[in-house]
Amino acid sequence: MRALKSLLTGVALVAGLAGAAQADDKTKVGFIFVGPVGDGGWTYEHNQGRLAVEEAFGDKVETIYQESVPEGADAERAITQMALAGADLIFTTSFGYMDATLAVAEKFPAVKFEHATGYKTSDNVSNYSARFYEGRAVQGHIAGKMTKTNTVGYIASFPIPEVIRGINAAYIHAKKVNPDVQFKIIWAYTWFDPTKEADAAKALIEQGADVILQHTDSTAPQAAAKEAGNVITFGQASDMAEYGPSPRVSSIIDNWGPYYVARTQAVMDGSWASVSTWDGIGAGMVGIGEISDAVPADVKAEAEALRDSLSDGSYHAFTGPLNKQDGSVWLAEGETADDGTLAGMNFYVEGIEAEIPSN
Amino acid sequence: MDLSQINPILLIASLMVAATPILLAAIGEAVVEKAGVLNLGVEGMMITGAVVGFAITVNTDAPALGFVGAAIAGAALSMLFGILTQYLLSNQVATGLGLTLFGLGLSSLIGKPYEGMKVTTLAKMEIPLLSDIPVLGPILFKHDPMIYVSLMIIAGTWYVLKHTRAGLILRGVGENHDAAHALGYKVIRVRLMAIAFGGACAGMGGAYISLVRVPQWVDGMTAGAGWIALAIVVFASWRPWRVLLGAYLFGGITVLQLNLQAAGVPVPVEVLAMSPYVITIVVLVIISLKGNHGAPGALGKIFHATH
Repeated sequence: MRALKSLLTGVALVAGLAGAAQADDKTKVGFIFVGPVGDGGWTYEHNQGRLAVEEAFGDKVETIYQESVPEGADAERAITQMALAGADLIFTTSFGYMDATLAVAEKFPAVKFEHATGYKTSDNVSNYSARFYEGRAVQGHIAGKMTKTNTVGYIASFPIPEVIRGINAAYIHAKKVNPDVQFKIIWAYTWFDPTKEADAAKALIEQGADVILQHTDSTAPQAAAKEAGNVITFGQASDMAEYGPSPRVSSIIDNWGPYYVARTQAVMDGSWASVSTWDGIGAGMVGIGEISDAVPADVKAEAEALRDSLSDGSYHAFTGPLNKQDGSVWLAEGETADDGTLAGMNFYVEGIEAEIPSN
Repeated sequence: MDLSQINPILLIASLMVAATPILLAAIGEAVVEKAGVLNLGVEGMMITGAVVGFAITVNTDAPALGFVGAAIAGAALSMLFGILTQYLLSNQVATGLGLTLFGLGLSSLIGKPYEGMKVTTLAKMEIPLLSDIPVLGPILFKHDPMIYVSLMIIAGTWYVLKHTRAGLILRGVGENHDAAHALGYKVIRVRLMAIAFGGACAGMGGAYISLVRVPQWVDGMTAGAGWIALAIVVFASWRPWRVLLGAYLFGGITVLQLNLQAAGVPVPVEVLAMSPYVITIVVLVIISLKGNHGAPGALGKIFHATH
């Protein structure tokens, strides 16, 4: 059904825009979204980035987008349609679009593509991502300090490096301030399914978790935590401030706007080249949402100090000594993780009592 | 792995919440099928109820009104099916499928402005005294009102079908509509009432998802619950109390698989995620092997007075 619907939307999009494309020489920027722009999280922030592009260039740019495009075979069709509609630059904003983006890019060498959170590039495909794990480190610190049951619940989406990195970063920093902390992880196998996310949050809370971290995009876990009371959460991808000051005590905010504006500018003046961008708190791509008063002042100060040290580069979120889950040495004392290992991270660090499901 | 982390009391309480949408939809469909009509549009009526209930509650801040509106919307949509199949004699399977597709599209259209909004949810009702009983109290007497409503609907349906004249007529119409017609019963009128009841129940089931279980509106959020409800009706051999059993069994597995994951039980996630569906299929096969399903005799057959 969803496929049928997005097909019809796509056809309307192509029909409506084909005429306009010939009429003027506006730079056309397309966006493929994995959820609805009203999800309040991941896709919402990408759409804010799209609006920033419109704001920056006004009449010189035209943006188009398609929402709720499933990862997988249907994505290739949606991206192709956007390229056929005359887009000059297309942002595909979810990990699962990676191979589809490369396949379409091969067929449209004149169109520039930007894929979010993946690791592959080609002549006309860049990838970009944010170092969300820096934000996870701050969340882990607050979680470790705040939990009274020593149980932190984690709603994970898919077992891919980005998500595993987040779990590890949060765990390392929670463990550092609370040696007894334990992580309970539920794999939802979705980026956006409020019903499943709500059920997962409830199951974690019932098993004693009083801190819920989520790597899924909806605000449903926030609503579940609010109902349960005495549970804290963090906004994911977007501030989710409407759930503050409690349960939501802080958040990771993705800030795509400046990047989208810069890349659109590059297409306009012909300087666009394929790059891999991976920016963190320092470059402003990852923001830490206001830490609310539900967090004691000393914990808040520590968390902000941690944020600042990550921001200015004086501290790396993965600094040794760290062992892998099986006990083997990963990083020696003072050693920091290289980007290659982080990009392909497929192991838990020592102390996490769970297994990564085989993908 | 540490199974002791799973609190059975909380597990049972939350499985009741997870099961209520399919419970409501299934009991409504059971009555429809008892009257001899197969309405495959349950999913469409549920999602329409979900969005209408959500929209009304956002605008009025009264979840009770939301549920009433959802029931009316579900019933109204089912009347479309009723008119097509009962008066225009269209094929019930095709019309029901059409109703599902129509409902999904309609809800998407209505729901667009409501994406990402927050809503007032139903307050939990702690029944005095009874909720203090150890074990049973937290399981049975600390829920939101809709859970009690759903249980009352089950009990009421059982009583009406089994012990009243109206129930006898409805079953008669479902078993053999020509005989019922010859006796002077208004077959089409009885069926339309049953269809409206089914639509209202499905609408409320959908609203339970968007107003209590999540509570949010998301496009396509019923995610196949209507089809599960249809399976539960067969699973239950069209008997109200077995509908309750089937819905709670299904809801229980859904909740249990999340709890097992959180407790770190090393069972592959995929197996857990598909287990409710596998069990439904297995149970259906077992029931089929027993031969007599107890299906109403005139189920899915078109009635016309001149035949």
